[in-house]
Amino acid sequence: MLTVNSISIQYEQKKVINDFSFSVEEGEVVSIIGPNGSGKSTLLKSISRQIPYQSGSVELDGMNMKAMNPKQIARKLCMLSQKNQAPSDMTVYDLVSYGRYPHKRWFEKLTNDDRDIIEWAIEKTHLTDYQERTVASLSGGESQRAWIAMALAQRPQILLLDEPTTYLDISHQHEVLELVRELNEEMGMTVIMVLHDLNQAAHYSDRVIVVQSGEKAMCGTPDQVMTTEMIREVYRMDSEVMYNQAERKPRIHLLRTAR
Amino acid sequence: MTKSRSGLIVVSTFLLAIAAAVIAIGLGSIRISVPDIFETLFHTSAGNVNDTIIFNIRLPRVILALIIGANIAISGAILQAVMGNPLADPGLTGVTSGAAVFVLVIMLAKPEYTQFMPLAALIGGMLAATIVYALAWRRNGISPISIILAGVAVNALCGGVVGYLSIIYSDRLPSAVQWMNGSLAAKGTSVVTMILPYAIVGWILSFFAIRKANVIRMGDQVAANLGENVHRIRILLSILAVFLAAISVAAIGMIGFVGLIVPHMARFLVGSNYKYMMPMSMALGALVLLVADTGGRTLFSPLEIPAGILMAVIGGPYFLYLMRRSVF
Repeated sequence: MLTVNSISIQYEQKKVINDFSFSVEEGEVVSIIGPNGSGKSTLLKSISRQIPYQSGSVELDGMNMKAMNPKQIARKLCMLSQKNQAPSDMTVYDLVSYGRYPHKRWFEKLTNDDRDIIEWAIEKTHLTDYQERTVASLSGGESQRAWIAMALAQRPQILLLDEPTTYLDISHQHEVLELVRELNEEMGMTVIMVLHDLNQAAHYSDRVIVVQSGEKAMCGTPDQVMTTEMIREVYRMDSEVMYNQAERKPRIHLLRTAR
Repeated sequence: MTKSRSGLIVVSTFLLAIAAAVIAIGLGSIRISVPDIFETLFHTSAGNVNDTIIFNIRLPRVILALIIGANIAISGAILQAVMGNPLADPGLTGVTSGAAVFVLVIMLAKPEYTQFMPLAALIGGMLAATIVYALAWRRNGISPISIILAGVAVNALCGGVVGYLSIIYSDRLPSAVQWMNGSLAAKGTSVVTMILPYAIVGWILSFFAIRKANVIRMGDQVAANLGENVHRIRILLSILAVFLAAISVAAIGMIGFVGLIVPHMARFLVGSNYKYMMPMSMALGALVLLVADTGGRTLFSPLEIPAGILMAVIGGPYFLYLMRRSVF
């Protein structure tokens, strides 16, 4: 579905991402984790073309993304940043309808099909009661859901999420992640997200990629990746990892900074 | 803000501007009643003194005020979307003064090339816009502070050049003073016919720009994510905004604040969707400048105050009011 072939990213003289490769299969949820400044957000931004990479390539459905036009990409891939701001008087419905933009040419108006998709996206994100309210008047979790609804209306095959939970309280964090999982399970949407919380990454993803100083430190299923050794090596923390046989998901309990 | 209501407000403002234009034709040292104006305009009267007053003096001036007001307001509205910043306006960003410097060079140093004034204004405006982008642009956009500072720098630079020009060409200066203050006095039909084709092109392009403006106002990331080439849109829309401001400067000189205040008023009245905000800015800009110009020539009669000065006197405090309400 999406293949990253040894890309390197450099800001001025500093190498931020070094020879990084991975690939994501259709229908997978992949989390990218790593300490602050490790380059995980940069990696995601370079896939979504916000940050240029100096070498390597990214292939979407077997096509080099540099050879695709932006509209073509926008119909397949959608990136949601950690913080978004809508114009203060924009309603949820209007925001979500922007998701149809890449599918329209300038003279085309919204059709009934478009409206169906918009309403479906609003329903899917449980915002039906809020659709006439302005995005600015919503709480953090609700507004994040509104932006996800806009992404849904775009009907992408791949959704990129850059720390989608950073500015939310705990229950809203899980609400957003549960929504992501629902979308993945029901529609087979492929998701790549950058997360901070190790337990969330372990709980909600099929595979986890660990980034350390711009390089791929590890990659695998949560139970392969989430080990006390990895956490000590990458995060400099002592921890206990419990493995829940029924759920097949590790649970991480952080203890103290490693000495 | 319901859509039908916004549409109604836009249409009413256009009608209001037309009504104001008719009244403005009648105002002046010789008053002409509205029925007389219609008789003259539609040639039902048997040629009298009103013909001369209306067709040679008042009508061109009124039309010019409408055109220029619309141009500058649209220019401000576009710049605000493109720079993602409510303070972007052709005056504050220095586009107007950049254009003015180039026009002034022709006006004072090479008066024989008057027909190139619009082109010179466009070049000057583009130069100023480029400097502002270069100075104020950071990786994640333009902050209100840096836009003001960049604008101050460009305006100061242009002020210096204007000062220099006015010293070395002091003998020719009186003809330029009215122009520098943004006056619509004694322009006549020739200026209207000069600017109208350019303005119509600009308005048509603005109509096509509505959709792009609506996307780019969401921010670079969102626009790029929706499949737009953000840099290309930004450059094209900036050129359009500079074009509209520059042709206005070439025609009547510097008029500040229309490009800042009118889009704010428009946004307040019909919301921030450019589908309504753009035509609203156009109608309201035309109306505001017409009122300013008509006020300037009638209120203190026989003294005539250039519209630019009146706009500055009204615009300054409004600007402070916006700051107080922390709109930006």
